This record gives sequence, C-alpha cells and structure tokens, in this order.
Amino acid sequence: MAKNMNDLRDELIRMSGSDPVKCMSCGKCSATCPAYDEMEYHPHQFVNMIDRGNIEPLLESESIYRCLTCFACVDRCPRNVQPAKLIEAVRLVALREQGKNRLKADKVPEMLDSDIPQQAIVSAFRKYSK
Amino acid sequence: MNVSYFPGCTLKNKAKDLDFYARKCAEVLGVNLEEIEEWQCCGGVFTTSEDEVATKLSSVRALKEAQKKEQPLVTVCSACHNVIKQTNHAMATNEGFANKVNRYMNEEAYDGSTTVYHYLELLRDVVGFDKIKEKVVNPLKNQKIAAYYGCLLLRPNGVMKMDDPENPQIMEDFIRAIGAEPVYYSYRNECCGGYVTMESPDLAKKSSNRVIECAVNCGAEKIVTACPLCRYNLMKNGSEIEIIYFTELLAEALGVKEADNG
Repeated sequence: MAKNMNDLRDELIRMSGSDPVKCMSCGKCSATCPAYDEMEYHPHQFVNMIDRGNIEPLLESESIYRCLTCFACVDRCPRNVQPAKLIEAVRLVALREQGKNRLKADKVPEMLDSDIPQQAIVSAFRKYSK
Repeated sequence: MNVSYFPGCTLKNKAKDLDFYARKCAEVLGVNLEEIEEWQCCGGVFTTSEDEVATKLSSVRALKEAQKKEQPLVTVCSACHNVIKQTNHAMATNEGFANKVNRYMNEEAYDGSTTVYHYLELLRDVVGFDKIKEKVVNPLKNQKIAAYYGCLLLRPNGVMKMDDPENPQIMEDFIRAIGAEPVYYSYRNECCGGYVTMESPDLAKKSSNRVIECAVNCGAEKIVTACPLCRYNLMKNGSEIEIIYFTELLAEALGVKEADNG
C-alpha cells in the first residue's frame, strides 16, 4: 500500500476515473444513500476526505463494506463525481493488501440458507475478496 | 430472429423459472435464444475500478461470441445484464482498458460493438409491446402489479440507457401489455440491499422492507422483478405478497404456464 497519502489520492482517482475536486458539497449522495445509517463515513465524506488526502481512516472503516454499489449517488450527483466509484477504489486498496480478504471461502457455508441465489455469493466474493 | 443468450449462473440453479419461461415465451414470440457455448459467470457485480481486468474477461468472451455470430447478446438476469453492458461500454469507450483486455486475451481484438439487450428491452424494442398484446391469450385482468426495478437495470444510466432512471416506464408498459394494472410507488428504483445480505442481513432487511411497505401501501398485490437477488431479499424479509419473475407473468399471459393459485 502506498504510504504517501498524496500518491494514494492520485491512485484512487486513477482507479475510479472520478474527480473529487468537482464536488460542491451539496450532500445529495449521502441523502440518497440506502446504507447511510450503517456508515461511519458517508458518501460525501469519502469524496471530501479523499480530496484532502485523509484516506487512512477510510481504509480502516467498516463503511467500505456497507456500500451497496447501487449507483444512486452516481446517477443523482449534479456534478458527476461518482462517489460509489471512489468508495470502491478505497475498498480495493484495502482488500489488495496481502492477507486482507474480507470474505473467506470457508466462512461462506454458514452464511447460506437454502434459497440464497448464486448471484449473492459471487457478488459478495467480488466485493469482499481479491 | 436469432439472438445470442447469456443465462448466467443463478438461472441455472436458484432462478430456473426465470430462465425456463424466458425460453418458452421467446418461442411463442418468434425469437430463438441461442445459448452461448461455454459461457462463464459474469461475477454478479461490475468492478468499477479501471485497473480491474481479469474480473471482466468472462463478459468480453460472451460479447465476442455474439459478435462472431453477428447477433445481439440477450440477458434476463439484471446482474448479468448490468455487468455485461458496463463491460461492453468500457471496451467501446476506454481505450486503455480495451488495450489491456485485448492484449491479455491475445485473440482478435474486441471493440465493444455488440448490442446488449435485456430481455425486457428485447420485448419493447425488437418484438414490441403491441405485438405481445396481440399474442396474449390469458390477460392478467384485475391484477395490481408493482414493478420493482431495483438498481441494476437502470444505473448507471449513462451506460445502461434502458429507461429514465428516476421515472422508468418499461416494466409498467410490460404489465399493461399483459393485461394487468401497474402500481406506481416511490421505492421502485431503490436498492433491495443486494449482496450485503450475505454479511449484513439487517441492512438488506431494512432496505427490502422499505420497498415492500411502499408497494403494499400503494395497493400492490404482487411485485414483479427481473433480479434473483431482489426476489430473494424481498421474500426473505417478510413480504406477504408474491414476488414473481417477469418471465413467469409473461408465460402466464401467453398461455404457456398454468396460473399459480397458491
């Protein structure tokens, strides 16, 4: 992981294709987020903190695993900042560190019931593991 | 008309009805769904990071197969559709990403030119809802049905371009075409909680409950969806009304499925 937070900020911008500088802090992304109540840091805070290079707390936060990637914030942002893509980039940086996979295969059976669709399992692997 | 068909992992397992009736109805409507040989799972969600290449290759392979046959690629599952369409868009518009993929695959380069249709789009844009109306033998009269779009069909709208992401009509028009009455409600394009149901079932429960409550309060007797995970989340979280796949309703209306009285 990049130790220099400015390098990491640039990397997140590159990975996401999003530009946090465009944000005008209207808060619409957080207002429309279905996971808002479950997040320590909300979508608008991700954008702002990444822009300021204050990224370490985000990497450590459970919030990166609460984003549903439903793209409500992406489609409703008046400045096309695409917060969900920035959150995903932070999550990937966290998961790509050696040994930091969130979801391990041997934990999956206890999460299942007889109706759960395969789609949930493969999606969770995509989002929580590398 | 012949089209390439990508069923996806869930339609071969927990969502067999979604697939089975899609095929049956296509026959009635004169569309031949040619299943792509040796297709691979799309992965369920599109990884938005531009430096993720390997996770998108299965979609590129399916898109290339359709291109070889000069056919559009049709999906029924909302998730497959979202992943494949976003991958196709990235191949067409992001040169750096496309170069990486094509170099990795080391075959004839793919340029993102395959047309990707969700089955609902096939019904609207290729078959036509008017024609479906003519083929209906068992109109679902007096049924109040709420369309549940969720997130995957509509967003990101710049790529999906299926319908107006805030005021979509395609599923309501579909419901009218099969003789039923659509119920409009404000949560029809909000998320059910998706894959988070695996590790945070409470979050999925909250999200799903909001959708169900809103639909029921607006008078819905049934909720129709194209997504196996939406269906699972809504059913698991206490829906008292039936959550049904759109292909099942279509099959009922076209007379290729017995009405389910249970």
